[in-house]
Amino acid sequence: MALRSGALCLNLLASSRHFYKPASYVGVRFVSENVSSKPSSATETPGDHLIYTPEHFALKESLRKLIDQEINPHVDQWEAEEKFPAHKVFKILGSAGFLGVNKPVEYGGLGLDFSYSVAVAEELGTIKCGGIPMAIGVQSDMATPALARFGSDELKKEFLLPSIMGDKVACLGVSEVGAGSDVSSIMTKAVRKGDEYVINGGKMWTTNGTQADWMCLLANTSDGPPHRNKSLICLPMNLPGVHIARKIDKLGMWSSDTAEVFFDDVRVPCKNVIGQEGMGFTYQMLQFQEERLWAVANVITTMDNVIQDTIQYTRQRKIFKQPVLYHQAVHFKLAELQTEVELLRSLLYRATALYIKGNDVTKLASMAKLKAGRLAREVSDSCLQYWGGMGFTKDVLVSRFYRDSRLLSIGAGADEVMLGIICKYMDTLPRK
Amino acid sequence: MSGRVLVGVKRVIDYAVKIRVKPDNSGVVTDGVKHSMNPFCEIAVEEAVKLKEKKLIKEVVAVSCGPQQSQETIRTALAMGADRGIHVEVTGKDYENLGPLQVSKILAALAKKEDAQLVILGKQAIDDDCNQTGQMTAALLDWPQGTFASEVALEADKIKVVREIDGGLETIKVNTPAVLTADLRLNTPRYATLPNIMKAKKKKIANVKPADLGVDLTSRLEVLRVEEPPQRQAGVKVETVDDLVGKLKEAGRI
Repeated sequence: MALRSGALCLNLLASSRHFYKPASYVGVRFVSENVSSKPSSATETPGDHLIYTPEHFALKESLRKLIDQEINPHVDQWEAEEKFPAHKVFKILGSAGFLGVNKPVEYGGLGLDFSYSVAVAEELGTIKCGGIPMAIGVQSDMATPALARFGSDELKKEFLLPSIMGDKVACLGVSEVGAGSDVSSIMTKAVRKGDEYVINGGKMWTTNGTQADWMCLLANTSDGPPHRNKSLICLPMNLPGVHIARKIDKLGMWSSDTAEVFFDDVRVPCKNVIGQEGMGFTYQMLQFQEERLWAVANVITTMDNVIQDTIQYTRQRKIFKQPVLYHQAVHFKLAELQTEVELLRSLLYRATALYIKGNDVTKLASMAKLKAGRLAREVSDSCLQYWGGMGFTKDVLVSRFYRDSRLLSIGAGADEVMLGIICKYMDTLPRK
Repeated sequence: MSGRVLVGVKRVIDYAVKIRVKPDNSGVVTDGVKHSMNPFCEIAVEEAVKLKEKKLIKEVVAVSCGPQQSQETIRTALAMGADRGIHVEVTGKDYENLGPLQVSKILAALAKKEDAQLVILGKQAIDDDCNQTGQMTAALLDWPQGTFASEVALEADKIKVVREIDGGLETIKVNTPAVLTADLRLNTPRYATLPNIMKAKKKKIANVKPADLGVDLTSRLEVLRVEEPPQRQAGVKVETVDDLVGKLKEAGRI
């Protein structure tokens, strides 16, 4: 194995091309080649793209450089340490303008439409793990959209602006130990006392939780019907009573720290409520279309890369005197997988194009999310099979993808929830 | 002095791509392959933009010679901070045969036309590794040259250049106007930030034909054949120095 990776390193060194970033190639035990050699990106010629303009491509190119230089060289280490330095990475991204792509210009954002966010999400898929893009997604498109749309000016200055600049790390507090898919049944209470809320309860599955400066918290602020008694509150994480109970030990997404948080009589000013009290549930639902399309965009690039990686590996790995890739079962299967990825990509662009024109794309976004979760499992499982024994080791990207991508069918709206939404639109649910 | 700097940027196959030779051995596969700005050209652009930020020069003009797609490369330079671009349109066979001699004639003509104080280029392109354009441009203009620059400092009407040479570092002073070529350690190119990418949309790129500059593109070179480098053979491990000498003698190396 050492010989093989050594030979690959030497191959690269032989050409004069290695000089530019020797640190990224030498010493890294990638049995596969650097995946940016994929010719399949020919589907993205600037002139003909459905939703992308040359600016989108320039954006992707620049973000790609940033990822190649500041993020990817450290991924293996951060995965092993089960944490990545969120403040440092977000500051780099924020300074380059990538955290506030569709956020208001007055608060450091770029005021661009959602297609630019999708372009960013796609490019983040070139990060060699799932945890860091997920953490970035929370920062840029999950904890902040409601604040950007409905928050007061004062609130936006205190929380939105620094989050876009990358100075403050955000997290989203919605799911609880007893409530995930059933958001309306959350128990965290924020009881009004004078001009403060006193918060008691807890949140679960909080991405960035151990490093966050503030949380976009969904809590019950009155005793009304479950869809109308909740509010979104900007909660500083350093307030007395906020306890990070533990960092959760997960199957995958290791570089992303996920926390269980408790609130013990936490006092927060009433002005920290985003928009109108009681509208929290509605605001949260509005964010979901973007969150889902974002997740789809992200995983499509990763699937492309895993398929390409698998092609490279099976091309040089020999079995019964010829490359694994030459066996029809293998290249036919990869062709099937790639076909499905392209179908999903088309759905993503279609939904995005409709969304930026102002349409409600809940049905399409839910369909895309559903398909993405399932396809990612199929791609990772099939590809891992072709890697054989190597696929079962920690040394390769495919095993990390296998673990990381399993979350997609569960988080950000489980497959079953997606199915329920689609059925609602198809009017096939049992009638009352 | 005009305070204008001309920066040449070349569109090349991306440094991370695995190069494939065409089946007919006439060249390398470029269709559908990822291209980007030559890394040394990025360093050249960065240096020019830095000089502008220090208010030592007034305008940075990015130039590229090639087909329509070269405009993307110019846009990247604009997104890094260049003020405007010039696209010298060269297509088809002319583009295939475009080499340092033709490009330096174009750059020399533009440097005169734009009244440039400084021409900054990358030391070489990573596709042909020629390392000639800077030197030829200086010769055609009869300007001094500071090549393989790892440090550039503007002083009054001279430029101090620290050059990376085989023996170490050499410091020279050249008069302006001059041609400089950037080496790896001159600076670390900035990321084109999203706000700057959007601003770059509004910056102008002028379209020019080589004939307009009175440049003849005929090449004196003809590529006969392109081949992959020979496959590296596996090595052999030996136990002692005597064994090593023996093996080398066997192979006819000594």
